[in-house]
Amino acid sequence: MTLLTLTGVGKRFPSANKGGGIDALRDVHFAIETGQFVSLLGPSGCGKSTVLRLISGLLTPDSGTISWQGARPELGFVFQEPTLMPWADVRTNARLPLDLRKLPRREADARATAALERLGLAGFEQAVPRELSGGMKMRVSIARALAARPKLLLMDEPFAALDEPTRQALNDDLLAVGRQDDITIIFVTHSVMESSYLSDRVLVMSRRPGHIAADIALDQPAARDAAFRLSPSFADAQRKVGAALLESA
Amino acid sequence: MKRVFDIAFPLVLGIALLLSWQWIVQARAIPVYVLPAPSDIVRALMDNFPSLMTSLTATLTITLLGFAGATIAAVILAILFSQSRLVERALYPYAVVLQVTPVVAIAPLLLIWVGFERIDLALSLMAGLIAFFPILSTTTLGLKSADFHLIDLARLYNASRWQILWRVQLPSALPYLLTGMKTGGVIALIGEVTAEFAAGSGTATGLAWRITESTNRLEIATTFAALALLALLGIAIFASLSALEYLLLRRWHESAIRRSR
Repeated sequence: MTLLTLTGVGKRFPSANKGGGIDALRDVHFAIETGQFVSLLGPSGCGKSTVLRLISGLLTPDSGTISWQGARPELGFVFQEPTLMPWADVRTNARLPLDLRKLPRREADARATAALERLGLAGFEQAVPRELSGGMKMRVSIARALAARPKLLLMDEPFAALDEPTRQALNDDLLAVGRQDDITIIFVTHSVMESSYLSDRVLVMSRRPGHIAADIALDQPAARDAAFRLSPSFADAQRKVGAALLESA
Repeated sequence: MKRVFDIAFPLVLGIALLLSWQWIVQARAIPVYVLPAPSDIVRALMDNFPSLMTSLTATLTITLLGFAGATIAAVILAILFSQSRLVERALYPYAVVLQVTPVVAIAPLLLIWVGFERIDLALSLMAGLIAFFPILSTTTLGLKSADFHLIDLARLYNASRWQILWRVQLPSALPYLLTGMKTGGVIALIGEVTAEFAAGSGTATGLAWRITESTNRLEIATTFAALALLALLGIAIFASLSALEYLLLRRWHESAIRRSR
């Protein structure tokens, strides 16, 4: 089932110097199926993040339309930085979306605690962000998104600043969580390896003005693990995605 | 060990200075109305202790009232600024004018308007006027420096302006507010003392008035005692605000975290 469709979406940002302006996106078309894990892959500055912000409603398109199948579902957003409240403890951070919706404190606490536990943060509820490592902060950020029980999760290069082992662990946890909750995920990245590992489908974007240069469906096994990372099919996927990225540039 | 030295060195130096002061005054037989020895100042402090304490309390109360008023007004105005660019553009220049006009210059007017029968209120207002601007400018900066990704996130969950202000912007501004309060608290005292001098003798009862009175009577030792109390008061205000800052920020803000090396 189609969840959302972008039709001829364009976005222009005014620039500081007079008369100028940057065409960030031009004529972006794609549709997202419910339950898919879709990566948006492209070089820096190609407008990947802009696409996410348009979908989330933080920005509005200058041309084209973004249409939802039915009502807009519950969204979650994970930024490149953990974007936590430094003054608040881990549980309060994870509870933020629920507090903003004025959920009763007890229920909000229970949901936040459960989300933190799923991401391996049980026992850290009282810690403040600066006491955590980069990977753990990102886990809090994901737990915060999950606490609101999203149907669509938008992730903007969430693991770009993490070291490789942390990144792989988070990739696996993200896949597990997404599958269990049946969440549709749109994942922005500039890593060929990461997108090939995670996605059912990779949308490759070209340089500015950004548009979809390639749409690659990957036939992924349900279970992805260390063995899959070494498998020829993973190498194939990476080759396919990597070639498309080179071609788009 | 390092902490012991941090306290011991200034202490030893201070005692040495006081002793040489005492010695010079005695050796050269300097008259007490020119430069009293530390022992004379201590004696003056003891002799006038009750009345000096009354003055100290008056100065402290007036300063704190003015400072509290300034803090509340500055935070409210900073919040208005953060909510509306228009309000900020319209009002900010006047806030600057208020700041650059010396308090001594407005003091006579304020005294007339508020009236000498309510001298304490007039003095509080002047203490507050001078403390207002630093608190306003740092808090405005703090409210604007909130992480915009965090604000975006709150918007994504349909947060109201009020929720964003309360949950994101105000906590982000807290370190800035406290910095403004440290500056404001100390200069509120300066403002109060200046205002007392401007008000002249008669109705005022604070430490500045005691300084005027005692110099007029050539009781210079009492002048020094009042001066010492004023200095202590300033230090106490700064130390309390620093302690408050440490308590509120120690868990999360870089400025309050002691790093182990």
